[in-house]
Amino acid sequence: MLAFIIRRLAQAVIVMFCVALVAFMLFQYVGDPVSQVLGQDATAEQIREARDALGLNNSIFVQFWHFLSNAAQGEFGFSLRQGSKVSTLIAERFPATLELALSAAVLALSLGIPMGVYAALKRGSFSSQVLMTVSLLGVSLPTFLIGIVLILIFAVNLNWFPSFGRGEVTRLGWWTTGFLTAKGWHHLVLPATTLAIFQLTLIMRLVRAEMLEVLRTDYIKFARARGLTNRAVHFGHALKNTLVPVMTISGLQIGGLIAFAIITETVFQWPGMGLLFIQAVSFADIPVMAAYLCLIALIFVIINLIVDLLYFAVDPRLRVEKPGGH
Amino acid sequence: MFARGNAAYPKDSIQLTGFTVKSLYKKIYDSDVGYSFITSPTAILAAVIAFVCIFCALFAPWVAPHNPFDLASLELGNARLPPAWYPEGSGRFPLGTDDQGRDILSTLMYGARISLVVGLASVCLSVIFGVSMGLLAGFLGGWVDSLLMRMCDVMLSFPAILIALLIAGVGRALFPNAHGALAFGVLIVSISLVGWVQYARTVRGSTLVERNKEYVQAARVTGVAPLRIMRRHVLPNVLGPVLVLSTIQVATAIITEATLSFLGVGAPPTSPSLGTLIRIGNDYLFSGEWWITIFPGAMLVLIALSVNLLGDWLRDALNPRLR
Repeated sequence: MLAFIIRRLAQAVIVMFCVALVAFMLFQYVGDPVSQVLGQDATAEQIREARDALGLNNSIFVQFWHFLSNAAQGEFGFSLRQGSKVSTLIAERFPATLELALSAAVLALSLGIPMGVYAALKRGSFSSQVLMTVSLLGVSLPTFLIGIVLILIFAVNLNWFPSFGRGEVTRLGWWTTGFLTAKGWHHLVLPATTLAIFQLTLIMRLVRAEMLEVLRTDYIKFARARGLTNRAVHFGHALKNTLVPVMTISGLQIGGLIAFAIITETVFQWPGMGLLFIQAVSFADIPVMAAYLCLIALIFVIINLIVDLLYFAVDPRLRVEKPGGH
Repeated sequence: MFARGNAAYPKDSIQLTGFTVKSLYKKIYDSDVGYSFITSPTAILAAVIAFVCIFCALFAPWVAPHNPFDLASLELGNARLPPAWYPEGSGRFPLGTDDQGRDILSTLMYGARISLVVGLASVCLSVIFGVSMGLLAGFLGGWVDSLLMRMCDVMLSFPAILIALLIAGVGRALFPNAHGALAFGVLIVSISLVGWVQYARTVRGSTLVERNKEYVQAARVTGVAPLRIMRRHVLPNVLGPVLVLSTIQVATAIITEATLSFLGVGAPPTSPSLGTLIRIGNDYLFSGEWWITIFPGAMLVLIALSVNLLGDWLRDALNPRLR
């Protein structure tokens, strides 16, 4: 188990290193770091001094090392468009995105798994067929269209939910949360649903497929032969064994949620990192793009590590030392 | 999956009629792919929808009732008219007009044209790039293989839309004043740089199998150069899955393009794709002019869904294990 974790950690470090390299190249070859600091009208003397101060005359390896150590401290320089520090910009926006993604993840998992189990157990019944057809639509509709249709129905025509911004937020230190006010929850409904629908349908279809697979196996037949109740067979035996692949995909999908939040945040003008990133892309604001890239990669890597560790918690077979190891 | 019922077609009538529609039907019926097409209602429906969409898109200048980009013919008096079935609607604009008085039906056709061109071009590009990378990795093996495959792993662990956005952003930084063809070039490259990974992995897998077969060894023994073996001998044998994959990828590419355009980093407003049209219409959602957004959205879903269904059908029809 320890060897497994160490191997995974090493992989994570390699991925982060690659991403940092890409971000560094962006800084180095796409944006002009001197004009970022000095602005357009600088004298040749100033430019030379700035190059020295920024260490641009050092060897490329020294520069990359500086970039890495700055990045590890969360420093990515200044935004080209807004002039403020990238780290502050991201810290301001981070809570909004995280709360949105977490709500969507909770929604997707808490509805997707039961619906998948239901569709597998009641296979062929009318209601599960309706569920499957609707889910096909959920998988093939692009996220931004789902958002627009939800706005049209629930915000414009029915006027039930607001479709714009975060509503009222409470400050807790540097963290801002919408979870503590009724308005905040009210504003969260449509964006979280939009973000959750794709993942929900995906998880549902996956759980259904895995569950059908497991229900065919011999140990389920044996469990039935022992006279266990349906409940014990379905939830004690079958569901437990479907969870490993479901966890892998869900972990990846939750990482995907943060990226898909870019689209949802644009549709609902949600003041999160995704909106910041989209503005950075349209104005070619390289420092913000690089910082966002590194942060997203870090989140992905952490989620993958957690999923790997969860395997051990869920599947006792993995905890047994392999006989070859002794 | 597609078991052949012999009773389904009358064998005797064919000799009597000679070469007619019926014998053409028999020819299709006798070929494997044709048979499975004719007996699958979903495939026929999807093909009809896809054909209509592609026809309208290709021949937009001749089919469309108006030319939405002819500024002289636009009248602001016609702006934001609802579809024809509303009392305020006009028969001249069956699906209504947008904020500049452009006919929605015509902008749809022109928009679908741009979406399809961008989608097809980026799939072509990623097929060329991905298949060559996969062939190289599978055929050469060694460090080339492991380097390329690690690259694919890293790329696959991030969502496609994020990578496409990043490349589009870098493209914007490199060419700040990109207009017209260059802007579309950046768009196509950013979509295809995401898509090639799938082809590379698929082709690498089949190449690994093919390169150990006798015909490749025979070619080697007779002294054929490795590049020529790859091109003339291995390539034709690994293209089957690529065909299926690229059908489905066309739908993915069209949706990716629409998403990028919707986010404002895709097709410029002067030559709007379906995504740009949805973005423009989104501003008018709250004043009740739903048709400016919803019709391009429906068109997008229709194209993507029909292409996807066709791809699914093709996968089943070409898969020998399912026959």
